[in-house]
Amino acid sequence: MATKNWESVIGLEIHAQLATKSKMFSSDSTAFAAGDNENVSPVSLGLPGALPVVNKQAVELSIKMGLALNCEIREVSRFARKNYFYPDLPKGYQISQYDEPLCEEGFVEFYVDGEKKKIRIERAHMEEDAGKSTHHGGHSLINLNRAGVPLLEIVSGPDLRTPQEAAEYARTVRQILRYLDVCDGNLEEGSMRCDCNVSIREVGAPKFGTKVELKNINSFRFVEKALEYEIQRQIDCKESGEEIFQETRLYDSTKNKTFSMRSKEEAHDYRYFVDPDLLAVRVNEAWVSKVRESLPELPLARAERFQSEYELPQYDALILTQEKALADYFEQAVKKSSQPKATSNWVMTELLRMLNEEKKEISDSPISSDHLAELVLMIEKKEISGKMAKQVFQEMWKTSKSPKDLVKALGLSQITDESEIEKIVDKVLAANEKAVEDYRSGKTKLYGFFVGQAMKESKGQASPETLNKILKARLDS
Amino acid sequence: MEFKNKSVFELKELLEKKTVTSVEMTKYFLDRIESLDQDLNAYIQVSDKALDEAKKADDKIQAGEKGRLLGVPVGIKDLLCTRGIQTTAASKMLEGFVPPYSATVVEKLQSEGAVVLGKLNLDEFAMGSSNENSYFGAVKNPWNKEYVSGGSSGGSAAAVAAGLAPVTIGTDTGGSIRQPASFCGVVGMKPTYGRVSRYGIVAFASSLDQAGPLSRTVKDAALISEVISGFDENDSTTSERSVPQWSASINESLKGKKVGLVKEYFESKLHESVQEQMDRAIEFVKEAGAEVVEVSLSLSRLAIPVYYMVATSEASSNLARYDGVRYGYRSNFDEKPASSLDDFYERNRGEGFGSEVKRRIMLGTYALSSGYYDAYYKKAGQIRRLLAEQFQKAFEKCDVLMGPVTATPAFKLGDRISDPLEMYLNDIFTTSANLVGIPGMSVPMGFSKEGLPVGVQLMSSSFSEQVLFDVGSALEQRADIWKGLPNGY
Repeated sequence: MATKNWESVIGLEIHAQLATKSKMFSSDSTAFAAGDNENVSPVSLGLPGALPVVNKQAVELSIKMGLALNCEIREVSRFARKNYFYPDLPKGYQISQYDEPLCEEGFVEFYVDGEKKKIRIERAHMEEDAGKSTHHGGHSLINLNRAGVPLLEIVSGPDLRTPQEAAEYARTVRQILRYLDVCDGNLEEGSMRCDCNVSIREVGAPKFGTKVELKNINSFRFVEKALEYEIQRQIDCKESGEEIFQETRLYDSTKNKTFSMRSKEEAHDYRYFVDPDLLAVRVNEAWVSKVRESLPELPLARAERFQSEYELPQYDALILTQEKALADYFEQAVKKSSQPKATSNWVMTELLRMLNEEKKEISDSPISSDHLAELVLMIEKKEISGKMAKQVFQEMWKTSKSPKDLVKALGLSQITDESEIEKIVDKVLAANEKAVEDYRSGKTKLYGFFVGQAMKESKGQASPETLNKILKARLDS
Repeated sequence: MEFKNKSVFELKELLEKKTVTSVEMTKYFLDRIESLDQDLNAYIQVSDKALDEAKKADDKIQAGEKGRLLGVPVGIKDLLCTRGIQTTAASKMLEGFVPPYSATVVEKLQSEGAVVLGKLNLDEFAMGSSNENSYFGAVKNPWNKEYVSGGSSGGSAAAVAAGLAPVTIGTDTGGSIRQPASFCGVVGMKPTYGRVSRYGIVAFASSLDQAGPLSRTVKDAALISEVISGFDENDSTTSERSVPQWSASINESLKGKKVGLVKEYFESKLHESVQEQMDRAIEFVKEAGAEVVEVSLSLSRLAIPVYYMVATSEASSNLARYDGVRYGYRSNFDEKPASSLDDFYERNRGEGFGSEVKRRIMLGTYALSSGYYDAYYKKAGQIRRLLAEQFQKAFEKCDVLMGPVTATPAFKLGDRISDPLEMYLNDIFTTSANLVGIPGMSVPMGFSKEGLPVGVQLMSSSFSEQVLFDVGSALEQRADIWKGLPNGY
């Protein structure tokens, strides 16, 4: 059967837990890993007569993110009730925003394989999380610690075309959330969740196909994998003449498959209406300006500045700006070293490798930005060789000491003094008369042997350049 | 000493002068409840903490401490959460539910030294106009036990009328304070929406609910309104406006005041006793110096349908939390396990709620459903805004609106229970105040030929409660019936 030319249409709904101390509508703590049903009160238990009160900090964080996503911030937005029954939904409705969300019509930009993409943000709205049910054969348990935790739901336009783009978009949103300290972006602990809407159509078709919603995706890698699987499933359906149903499917990462969860026939009528317990959220221009002024330089702008200001390749600039703390670290180091590319190389290779290996954040790095800059400068001034520097770096990682101190303590400084190296070379040649003879009679392969012996004699401190020069001169004379 | 027909101000004076202790006074009312309420059914539960609270109040009085209600016994509608005291909303769904917290209204009363006598009967979840929808049985009208007390705050009204409490708290979503007050011959005050915190009050219709006092006198109603009003950080819909000292500012002279009569209210068919008491009231306000003007509220004819759309829609969502998961009624699943999650919900809610509650949940669910929302809920909201505009215009012409509370005095128990529509029409004159958010008060005026009380209703613009207390006092003084108790009490 001839395969048609299919394209996929993807939109993402990202739920980000707002980094507030208390819940969206009560003073209950949002701390993770408290005991079961500890972070509760009449409000999060849905007791008779309990009423919600909006957490202003949650609104402010939402405005912050909205501005970073280039959204319009509504002067008047409203909370609405989304009505449905579920045992871990204490009130029988979730307080969310419906047709008057706080943030609308923004966009976000990012690079995919060196190409800049611009994806529309339809809306970003505030809502409360539900609790958590766990099922144990004959019974179920409910933990309401999460019930009422504030979330920002960020809805992209249907602008993403490939699973890779979708994953990159999600990474970018997470990156911005973390830059702003709006959300810690931890997918495993559930402080960020990602649902994908995906459909396929023939390239150039004016209409979208029937969309399927994918849930239960808890890593960016799985965003890509789940979409790849689902797109292929939909293509197979179409090409074998089957219909695609509008439904919600769960992704199973161990099987790398999606499974139908509920179909449209069972779809809820949520009976949205404005929550009469809450006033409209009013955000005046002064508030928006204040929040706008507090925004840090955003990752993409910073990466572009790194390219122009430090003349770094795009690849370097994007990696260095992944996390705000990393970019800050880099800029601190460059301020001291004035060697952007060399500093970038050390950060991107050695430092990031060690951080990854030991699963550490840049804030936990045992090597300070000042020390790293010092190391870069010592190499630049040829006080140590690149090879020695790697050894020094390892010691710095272990001890947090300055490279200068370590070089002194370990006796590692490079010998560049020619007369000293001459002495070493002479000593080595004198000790290996037979080998010198062999070399001079044509066994030039022995050259490496002499280098090794001389290095050993200098405890590795001889400048390789100088050593080569002198050794060659002596042997060939 | 008899306290049964005394006002709160009179009781306060007795307590302050140490003529009587709060314990003696509290015991007096508890004894009366025990001997007289079995038949009347005004109370669902008497508080076993009442005498302890009274003792504490006495200690404070001895120590010279002050409190606006220090030592005064009050009754609370069983829709308000009371920490450590069962709170049922008169529903099987909440039978045995003991809240871990108290409503702000209750806290405010207690912080002024009031002693909670017990929890008063009502229509289940405040849904009803006759108190016949209570899981704990109907409240009877103390003036004639074959008649209803009115509802939903029937217990709160009957208790004051029968001298089983000097003052009580009720709630009013569409007339639930004013109508039973009128049927039982007591004062009933619904403050402006946003005056009184709804925190801890079992929600019926969030945009309409408001708590208020039922009392023997207008001045008592003013005092209790002062105590329970004010901004509450736990209720976003409360107003930050300061609360005036209404009870100390009552001016019975109505010179310069304009009393508006709503043309449309008098075009509907009024029972002759209601008409008669209205006529007296009109004479009284003129006598007190007021000018009477006619105003028109053409949209008031739509108040009932709009009210029932808004109230049932909100209720359908507010009552979703009663699912048997965390607290409240749960079916016997040991005997017959649930076949599914839906079955679990259906049995808990099907068995736990009474029929009127279920009817309203279904109505509201229907009105909010996709495909019907625009025609019902949304349209109701639009009319509601227009109605508010009409009221605003009316208040440009007058300071206070005066009219009937209901078209008839109390009706017989069982008479209307099988005809929900007829029952809903009871609220024709009272629902507008809730929809618009303005304050309303029912003041006893006299009696029908059958000896049943009849009140008149006063309404003013938002946050201008003072004029209600002024006009109410002028009427009360001339009607002069507040000391009277029904036979047998």
